[in-house]
Amino acid sequence: MRGWGRAAAAAMAGLFLVLLPPAPAGAQTVRWAAAGDPNTMDPHSQNVGTVTMMLQQIYDPLIQRNADLSLRPGLATAWEQVQPTRWRFTLRQGVRFHEGEPFTAEDVVFSILRAQQPTSNFNIYVDSIERVEKLDDHTVEIVTKVADPILPNKLASVFVMSKSWAERNNAARPQNTRAREEMATVRQANGTGAFRLAQREPDVRTVLRRNAGWYGWTEPGVQQGNVAELVFRPISSDATRVAALLSGEVDFVLDPPLQDLNRLRGAPNIRVLEGPEVRSIFIAMDVFRDELLYSDVRGRNPFKDLRVRQALYHAIDIQAIHRTTMRGFSVPTGTFFPPQVNGYSEAEDVRLPFDPNRARALLAEAGYPNGFGVTLDCPNNRYINDEQICQAIAAMWTRVGVRTQVKAQPLAPFFAQIQRDDTSIYLLGWGVPTLDALYSFQSLLATRNGAQGDGIWNYGRYSNPRMDELVERMKTQSGEARMAAIREALRLYREDVPHIPLHHQMIPWAMRQNINIPHAANNQPYWRYARVD
Amino acid sequence: MFAFILSRVLQALPVMLAVALIAFAMFAYVGDPVAIMLGQDYTQAQRDALVQSLGLDQPFFVQFGKFVLNAVQGEFGLSYRLSRPVIELIAERAPATLELALTAALLALLVGVPMGVYTGLYRNSWLSRFFLTFSLIGVSLPTFLIGILLILTFSVWLGWLPSFGRGDTVALGWWNTGFLTVSGLKALILPSITLGLFQLTLIMRLVRAEMLEVLRTDYIKFARARGLTNRAVHFGHALKNTLVPVITITGLQLGAIIAFAIVTETVFQWPGMGLLFIQSVGAADIPVMAAYLILIAALFVAINLIVDLLYYAVDPRLRISGGKGGH
Repeated sequence: MRGWGRAAAAAMAGLFLVLLPPAPAGAQTVRWAAAGDPNTMDPHSQNVGTVTMMLQQIYDPLIQRNADLSLRPGLATAWEQVQPTRWRFTLRQGVRFHEGEPFTAEDVVFSILRAQQPTSNFNIYVDSIERVEKLDDHTVEIVTKVADPILPNKLASVFVMSKSWAERNNAARPQNTRAREEMATVRQANGTGAFRLAQREPDVRTVLRRNAGWYGWTEPGVQQGNVAELVFRPISSDATRVAALLSGEVDFVLDPPLQDLNRLRGAPNIRVLEGPEVRSIFIAMDVFRDELLYSDVRGRNPFKDLRVRQALYHAIDIQAIHRTTMRGFSVPTGTFFPPQVNGYSEAEDVRLPFDPNRARALLAEAGYPNGFGVTLDCPNNRYINDEQICQAIAAMWTRVGVRTQVKAQPLAPFFAQIQRDDTSIYLLGWGVPTLDALYSFQSLLATRNGAQGDGIWNYGRYSNPRMDELVERMKTQSGEARMAAIREALRLYREDVPHIPLHHQMIPWAMRQNINIPHAANNQPYWRYARVD
Repeated sequence: MFAFILSRVLQALPVMLAVALIAFAMFAYVGDPVAIMLGQDYTQAQRDALVQSLGLDQPFFVQFGKFVLNAVQGEFGLSYRLSRPVIELIAERAPATLELALTAALLALLVGVPMGVYTGLYRNSWLSRFFLTFSLIGVSLPTFLIGILLILTFSVWLGWLPSFGRGDTVALGWWNTGFLTVSGLKALILPSITLGLFQLTLIMRLVRAEMLEVLRTDYIKFARARGLTNRAVHFGHALKNTLVPVITITGLQLGAIIAFAIVTETVFQWPGMGLLFIQSVGAADIPVMAAYLILIAALFVAINLIVDLLYYAVDPRLRISGGKGGH
C-alpha cells in the first residue's frame, strides 16, 4: 500500500516535469486581450473584425496596408490597370508559406476563387472579378466584369493561402456550416505573414510566433517590429479585462471600456492610445411604408416628409452626446464616413445646427404641431455606448415633441429585427473595410434590387433615382469623374437627409508603457509594426 | 430496486422532452443566426441558400422533430459560431467546469460544516457572531460582485493570484486538468471561492440549525449522562445525525453549482461550459445552446435519481416498504 502510494506520487511528479508547458519567453512576448475570440482561422469564412485581427498577422494579401491604412506591396510587388477591365499583378519571388510551400501564381488564382465560393464571407471584395489568369509563375492578370477602379483596395482584404496545403487538408472551400465535419482551417493556419500560428485553443488562447523569414522585416521605409511571440487571450468581462491589464497579466487591451479610461490613464506604466475609427454612427428611418409600424401616427408616414427628418436632425445636441455620453471619444459629423475613406469631402461634412426651436417650427409646418410618438430601435452591445446614445437622443426628441421610446436589445435580436425591415427608426454603425465611399453608398443608400451589395443594409428602404445613378457611376468610372459623382452623392446626402448622422467612433487601446504600436483606424493592431522596449 | 430506478428513468423522459421543447421554442427569440453568420455583406440569394442549408425554413415542429431525433443519437450538429462539432466543444469545456464545481463544493463542505458546528456549539461567542455576519455577506452579495471584489483585492492590489483564466493545464487523455500545475491551482482559488461562497454559508447555517435542534434531544442528554467526552458527544452523536439533510442539500446544490457557474465563469474568463453557453447566446448559436440546456437537464435528473437512491440507503423505512412490494 505504502509502496503503491509512493509510486503514484512519483508518477505525479513525473507528470509535472514532463507535461508542464515551457516557461514564458522573454521581454518580446506580448500578451494581449480583447473581449471576443476569433471564431475561425479560415481566411475566407467570416468577414468580422475579431477574425481579421488574428488572421492579418498570419496571412498576407496581395496588397498590404500600412498602419495609416495606405496601400503598400504585399505578395504583389507591383500592379497596374493595363486595360479598363484588366489588372496585372507582379508577384513577389522567393516567398514561402509557413509550412514550406513556395508561393506562386497558382496560390493567387486559387485564393481568389476560394473567396468567391458561396460559403465565403468575402464575396464583396471579389464580386467584380470575372476570372483570374496566370501568365507565368509570378504574374497574374485579373479580368473584371466592368471597370473596377478600387480593385486594389478590395484585394487588400483578400488573404492568400497555399493551394496545395488547402487541397491536402481538404479545405478547398470555406467551411460549410451544414457539414457535420470540422474543417482543418477552423483551427489551423498556414500563411506567408509576419507571424505563424503556434497554438490555437478556441476561446482560451492563441499563440503566434515571429516568422523570421518574412520578407517585410527587411523592407526599407517601414517601422520594423521586434515582437517575437504574441499570446492572445479573450477576456469577455470588461472589469476583468481591465483588472488583468492593471495587475500586469496582459500587456495590451484592444477594447478597454470607456468608463475605465481615466483610471487606466492614472495607473503607472499604462498608456492609453486613442485614435479615430473608420466607423460612423447614424440614425436611419423607414421612408418607404405609407404608415409606420411603431408610431401613433395613422394613415401617413411622417419620415417621408423632409421637414420631419430635418426637425429630428436639428433637435440633436451632438456636442452634449460627444461630451457626456461618449466622454470625448467621438468625432461629431455631418456625413456618414470619416476622412480616411476615399471620397470624403470636408466641404460636405457639415451638420444641421442644434436648434430645438427650428425643430419645433419644422414639425408644426409639416403638420405635427403636437409632435408624435415613435419607437427607436437600438443595439445595446454592438457600438460604443450605443444604448446610452439612443437614450440621450430620445430625451432630445421628446423635448421638441417627438415622444421617443427606446427599444434596446443585444445585437443578435436587434439585427434579426431590422433585417426583416421590422423597424420605424433605428441606430446603426457602419465601417468601411474597402476605405472607399462606394461601399457605404451602395450598401446603405442604393435602392435594394437583388443585385450583389445594392441596398443590402438599407432597411429604411430609402430610394432616390439620382442616388442610384451616382452609385452606378462610382462602380464603373474612375479618376475625376468618379470623384465628382461621390461629391454630388455627398451633397445629396446632406440635402435629402436619408440618415441623421451622429459621429465617427474613436477607439482607445490600452497598453503597458513599453509597447509601441501605431494606432490603426480599422481597429486592427498591426503587430508587425510594433516594438517592445 | 430495479423497478424503482426504471420508473424514475421513465419519469425523466417527459421532463427531458419538455426541456428540449421549451429550449427550442425560446430560440425563436434569441436572434437570427443567419445574420451573424453572413456578416456585413451578402445577397438575398446567399441568405436564402444559408437559411435553406440550415433547415431554418422548415416548420417549427419539423425542425424540433429532427433535432430530437439527432439528439437521441448524440448528434447535436456543428456550432454555428465555431464550425466545430457541439459534442466535442462541450466535452472540451466540461473538465474546467467540473473541476471548478468540485472544488467549490468541497470548499463549501470542508469550511461550512466546521463553521456550522462551531456556531451551533458556541452560540454566543464573538467568533460565532462574526461567522454569522460573514455568512450574511455570502448570501446577499451577488456572485459577480464577489468575483470582482476578489479580483480587485488579490490580483490588482496584492498581485498574488491571477484574475482570469485557468492557468496551465495538463492533458490526461481527453481530460485537461488544472489540478497538477501550480498556476492551475492558483487560478482555481478565486473562482472556487466566488462560486462556493453561497453554498458555504448555506451549509453553515443548515448545520448550525440542525445542531441546535439535535443538541436538545434526549439521546444527547443520555450521552452526556453516560459521561462521554464532549468531543464524542458533539461529533460522534450530534454531528452524525445532522448530516442527512446536509448530504441532500449538498447533492442538489452540486447540480446548481455546475449549471449556474455561468456568472463565475464569465467574470473569471473560466473556459468552461457556462462561458461557452454565454458566448453562444451572444451569437445565437442554437445547436450549442440546445445541447447545453439538455445536458444540464439530464444532469439534474441524474442527481435527483442519485439523491433518491441515497434516501433509500439512508432511511431504513423506505427499504422495508420497498422490500414488501417486491414479495
